[in-house]
Amino acid sequence: MSAIDPQASGKPMIAIDNISKWYGPVQVLNGCTTQVTKGEVVVVCGPSGSGKSTLIKTVNALEPIQKGAITVDGIGVQAKGTNLPKLRARVGMVFQHFELFPHLSIIDNLMLGQCKVLGRAKEDAHDRGLKLLGRVGLSAHSHKYPGQLSGGQQQRVAIARALSMNPIVMLFDEPTSALDPEMVGEVLDVMIELAREGMTMMVVTHEMGFARKVANRVVFMDRGEIVEDATKDDFFDKPRSERAQTFLSKILAH
Amino acid sequence: MFTDFDFGVVLTSLPYLFGTGMVFTLTLTALAASGGIILGTIIAMMRLSGITALALPAKIYVNFMRSLPLVLVIFWFYFLVPYIGQWMTGASRPISVGAFTSALVTFTLFEAAFFSEIMRAGIQAIPKGQTAAAQAIGLTYGQTMRTVILPQAFRNMLPLLLTQTIVLFQDTSLVYVISLTDFLGAASKVAQRDGRLVEMYLFAAAVYLVICITASTLVRRLQRRVAIIR
Ligand SMILES: Nc1ncnc2c1ncn2[C@@H]1O[C@H](COP(=O)(O)OP(=O)(O)OP(=O)(O)O)[C@@H](O)[C@H]1O
Ligand SMILES: [Mg+2]
Repeated sequence: MSAIDPQASGKPMIAIDNISKWYGPVQVLNGCTTQVTKGEVVVVCGPSGSGKSTLIKTVNALEPIQKGAITVDGIGVQAKGTNLPKLRARVGMVFQHFELFPHLSIIDNLMLGQCKVLGRAKEDAHDRGLKLLGRVGLSAHSHKYPGQLSGGQQQRVAIARALSMNPIVMLFDEPTSALDPEMVGEVLDVMIELAREGMTMMVVTHEMGFARKVANRVVFMDRGEIVEDATKDDFFDKPRSERAQTFLSKILAH
Repeated sequence: MFTDFDFGVVLTSLPYLFGTGMVFTLTLTALAASGGIILGTIIAMMRLSGITALALPAKIYVNFMRSLPLVLVIFWFYFLVPYIGQWMTGASRPISVGAFTSALVTFTLFEAAFFSEIMRAGIQAIPKGQTAAAQAIGLTYGQTMRTVILPQAFRNMLPLLLTQTIVLFQDTSLVYVISLTDFLGAASKVAQRDGRLVEMYLFAAAVYLVICITASTLVRRLQRRVAIIR
């Protein structure tokens, strides 16, 4: 890891400022505040239903919020004049269930955003797509369809698809929790490499091994609140809240 | 009485039955189905838009069309379309559009109601995550629909869309009420002229049967082929 304290290195890439969200009468996010600085890897964890997915989806406005503000690279996500498609194109997102486009071949999955959103020429998008497939170790599969690949392979394609847009930050929502155990490693390896290359990442995951290896900070959520926001070492060695301690002892018992 | 049958009349009238009648039937079916699917898709998107100003008129339209007998709609439109044309173009007299155009407009509008229900189910069946993934790479609402949602919905629903088209194919015979000559109309004309009602109507029934059964079989085969592996 770099010697520079990421907290001190200038503006945050993602700034989440006191946000709240309701589904009808039910409050699912309650005054959440946190930041992700350039080059930082932040792991978000917490019990089921605590609002992790909701929080991460507010960052690229897939979920609207009712209170507070979020900025990505200085641009207000809720601000009136913000071009949301443009902003989302710069924020990569990887989903629990991959969400590849099943009617398109793997290479077409990687080209769609490049051509339609970034306006790249077909040949250019194709070349870049193939390069990214090589990077996730799937060059041989470019003309297959998503349904023909294993879960682990599909998730690696999904990461490549997000990277095809040259994002400034990557969001992951439990990228390995829908996978068979033997496929978790191949996906985590790609993510670890990405982190080591300096990608700014916000990762919802229960893979504490991943957190220990590459996370700078860990955000712990419970019942819509950010209960703990600490450096990795502080979180694992001396979690302050009881809720985080209980959660950790449960999850590390596996 | 069966000894009196003369199927020679069928043979001699074949060029007329198919060259004029069937060509008309197939043309009307193809055009109305294409128009109906396009319009139906737009109506389905309006209903699913979540915007009341779009969803409500679409819903009323569909329920209205689906509760009227088709014959009535054909009849009414034949008399109304000239006036609608006049109103839309601001002309001083009703615009004469001809029976074929009138029939085409009627079938397109009528079938759109049915196609829209199929497309609505198809769009709703696409997992929400697909929309999220499309938006996450920066696609606009329109791009998401065009490149991700509708192609999948259309493929999944193709068998149902084609089955509805087969129904439309049979329904086109109702154009006789505005004196157009489709396949059945042609058969009926020959039947009246030569006094060979039984032969001609038997033959016409056989043709409809063969075409519809063949088409249904093809649709079933297609169904297995186009299913998207998930
Ligand atoms: N569309 C929705 N409508 C109503 N409530 C919702 C909706 N989506 C999520 N919720 C509720 O919001 C809360 C937070 O959900 P969220 O999916 O963010 O939790 P999570 O921490 O990601 O949980 P998990 O670990 O199970 O993925 C939950 O109580 C959930 O039931
Ligand atoms: Mg979740």
